[in-house]
Amino acid sequence: MNIRISNGRLVDPANRLDDTQDLFISNGRIVAIGRAPRGFAAQRVIDAGGCLVTPGFVDIATHLREPGQEHKGTIASETAAAVASGFTTVCCPPNTQPIIDTPAVVELIHHRAQQANSARVVPLGALTQGLAGKVLSEMAALKGMGCVGVSNAREPVTDTNVLRRAMEYATTLDLTVHIQPRDAWLGRGGCMHESPLSTRLGLPSIPAAAEAMEVARVLMLCEATGTKVHFGRISSGRALSLITEARQRGARVTADTGIAYLLMTADDIGTFDPAYHVQPPFRGEEDRTALRQGHKRGDVDALCSDHQPHNRDAKAAPFESTEPGISMLDTFVDAVEGGRARHRRPAPGRGFCHLCAGTNTWP
Amino acid sequence: MSKSKPVVDLDVEAVIADMATRLKQFLKASKRSKPLIVGVHTGGVWVAHALHEALGLGEAVGELNIAFYRDDFSRIGMHPTVSPSNLPVAVEDRHLVLVDDILYSGRTVRAAMNEIFDYGRPASITLAVLIDREERDLPIRADIVGATMQLAAGEHVKLTGPQPMKLELSKVGA
Amino acid sequence: MSLALQTDSKGRLRHFLTVEGLPRSLLTEILDNAERFTGVGERAVKKVPLLRGKTVINLFFEPSTRTRTTFDLAAKRLSADVMNISIETSSAKKGESLADTLRNLEAMHTDMFVVRHQSSGAPFYIAQQVGPEVSVINGGDGRHSHPTQAMLDAFTIRRVKGGFDGLSVAIVGDIAHSRVARSEIHALRTLGVSDLRAVGPRTLVPTGIEAMGATPYYDMEEGIRGCDVIVMLRLQQERMDSALLPSAHEYFQLYGLTQQRLKLAKRDVTVMHPGPINRGIEIESAVADGSQSVILQQVTHGIAVRMAVMAMCMGNQAEAGE
Repeated sequence: MNIRISNGRLVDPANRLDDTQDLFISNGRIVAIGRAPRGFAAQRVIDAGGCLVTPGFVDIATHLREPGQEHKGTIASETAAAVASGFTTVCCPPNTQPIIDTPAVVELIHHRAQQANSARVVPLGALTQGLAGKVLSEMAALKGMGCVGVSNAREPVTDTNVLRRAMEYATTLDLTVHIQPRDAWLGRGGCMHESPLSTRLGLPSIPAAAEAMEVARVLMLCEATGTKVHFGRISSGRALSLITEARQRGARVTADTGIAYLLMTADDIGTFDPAYHVQPPFRGEEDRTALRQGHKRGDVDALCSDHQPHNRDAKAAPFESTEPGISMLDTFVDAVEGGRARHRRPAPGRGFCHLCAGTNTWP
Repeated sequence: MSKSKPVVDLDVEAVIADMATRLKQFLKASKRSKPLIVGVHTGGVWVAHALHEALGLGEAVGELNIAFYRDDFSRIGMHPTVSPSNLPVAVEDRHLVLVDDILYSGRTVRAAMNEIFDYGRPASITLAVLIDREERDLPIRADIVGATMQLAAGEHVKLTGPQPMKLELSKVGA
Repeated sequence: MSLALQTDSKGRLRHFLTVEGLPRSLLTEILDNAERFTGVGERAVKKVPLLRGKTVINLFFEPSTRTRTTFDLAAKRLSADVMNISIETSSAKKGESLADTLRNLEAMHTDMFVVRHQSSGAPFYIAQQVGPEVSVINGGDGRHSHPTQAMLDAFTIRRVKGGFDGLSVAIVGDIAHSRVARSEIHALRTLGVSDLRAVGPRTLVPTGIEAMGATPYYDMEEGIRGCDVIVMLRLQQERMDSALLPSAHEYFQLYGLTQQRLKLAKRDVTVMHPGPINRGIEIESAVADGSQSVILQQVTHGIAVRMAVMAMCMGNQAEAGE
């Protein structure tokens, strides 16, 4: 089967390509770009005019909401959204209901993903049972079922001894530990970045230090245990610089941030707009700039959607009572491409390079 | 929109002097002693002060601002600030002389009487007006009328003052 | 956005949610209107028929005696029909959402909601939910705003001091958790107070208070020196439990308003407190009951100010309804 995809805007970060060119596929493999190979006769021509043609994107944090919160989204609905936005693989965190701490839950997710038959779903397993931070989960069994890493999601493992053991055990199994850093106490109960605006709005706030402190604690253990750690959804410049310094000293650490953190700041909350209620919170302009620069330099290894679909009611309440998170997959490509259309300067097309595995080299 | 015509030719002071004379007779005939003069903001207060002086009464003039009693609140909202009502003496069992500049629909007088009763129960109310336009929405009449005036549709008359008091005619849409 | 939501196309008050962003002329209009309403409470019939036939619901999600009572009285003195609903004892416990509660109450043809809620911003949410002919007045939301309290304090200051220009005002105590302090800072700054001080320990004076227009003072004596007005805030017992302060005793030692300290302020200093007061914790009885204190006048003024705000919002519904 020969396929010609014509008139599309072809973006391939690995080959530094961003141009309107045709793509030629033969028997499931790309055989040429631009001009048809000699003797190529297309059985099928896809007109991709006005579309992007890219390698399948990989999203490192997609909340699929299933199992447990099917009123917000299902594996079928969210993988469909993923594919529509160019994502062919999505990684879902373990904070489903039930939590992904047994092989049975992983099996359920795989089963549903197969039924949906759109994006590939790779789950993260729980680092501790029930994400309670007390007892290690059966990481080998979870890995055996296809979990690509382990994580305690947004729940900090407060007992540093447990955290150390969990990291050591994960390292035994060569599993990457994904950390969404947040101090258990500092900023507890907060719903926005601690800033002059949080003072004005009188909203309970979370200082940026709450993130950096947890990064520092994990890094200490990481350097002692040699664990591979991936820090997810970094929101502050300070936390990012700690990670970068640790990496320069040889620690096996990587970091991502949500695309929204490059675009928004706490000020976007305006007058209690719950659409901007996220965890970790959008921070100040300085942090946003630091993340953008870190992204440019490659200190941010990946961008992710941190996609969190919601039912209507989740955001229909006073700010503090609303649920955090933004449904992001749907607008991801626009966000990367155009920045925010009205107020932000457009991001260059190379933003895509951080979405495609192993291509984080484009300047 | 609104075009002001020259001042209407009426000697306001002479009219008030005449009103004072008749008011005095009226009060005497109806045995209303020690009257308390109450003017309705803004023009009515000016006329009230003039009558008060002419009658040589001792107690201060009461002032009513009927903004809180208007029946058009739900249509036009709060009126811009003017001074509040001020009745310096208790109205209970007193003979009141309520004074306004223009009597037209009767709605202002209705509102003023409502307000007076929220201060207490007067023995009587005598209504004195400078101008009676002789058109009414409500069954209200004045006891003492300075002058009558019939205006065409769209015409309005307004008292300007306080020194000197003059009548001004205007026509909306002219 | 706050300004847009609160005022109509002519800049008149539709809801009263926050003082922030409202122009000085509008705040002055509120004070002037309140002045007109003060006489009503002194008459034989303490009532004017302005809001006759209108329905006001006091929707309180948080306990309150003073604010609810004065709103209740204010509405009644305007001849409105008033209903008091405490949600802690009502549907919130049955799991009804705020939006559903509102829809039900609105279906009863309510004209105005006075809302107190523990969440900052809740009245904004409510104002966005209700129909165009319904007004919302913020009776205090979380730590965010308590605009009628700020306006009655401003009213009291204007009555006592004659104006705002050139005044030094110190707000003392738990600024961080105080909606009164926030609203007062906005109100007094807008009305022309140039020297506005936020006095308290660093645990209770939040970051970014300067951005709102108040100068932080961490020393009580420095903070009240030469002041014309001192506003004392209530100190909640919870502050000791959440590691913000060691003890009420030490707080009083450092920040309590005593007669001795009062001498550092101007001779004719005015002492205010939004109430309820904690004698011996933030303020000495001799000061609270002393000649400089206007604490009880504040309560009286609260009714007139609330009448003014209710009448203004309700009167401006006319346009929305047409």
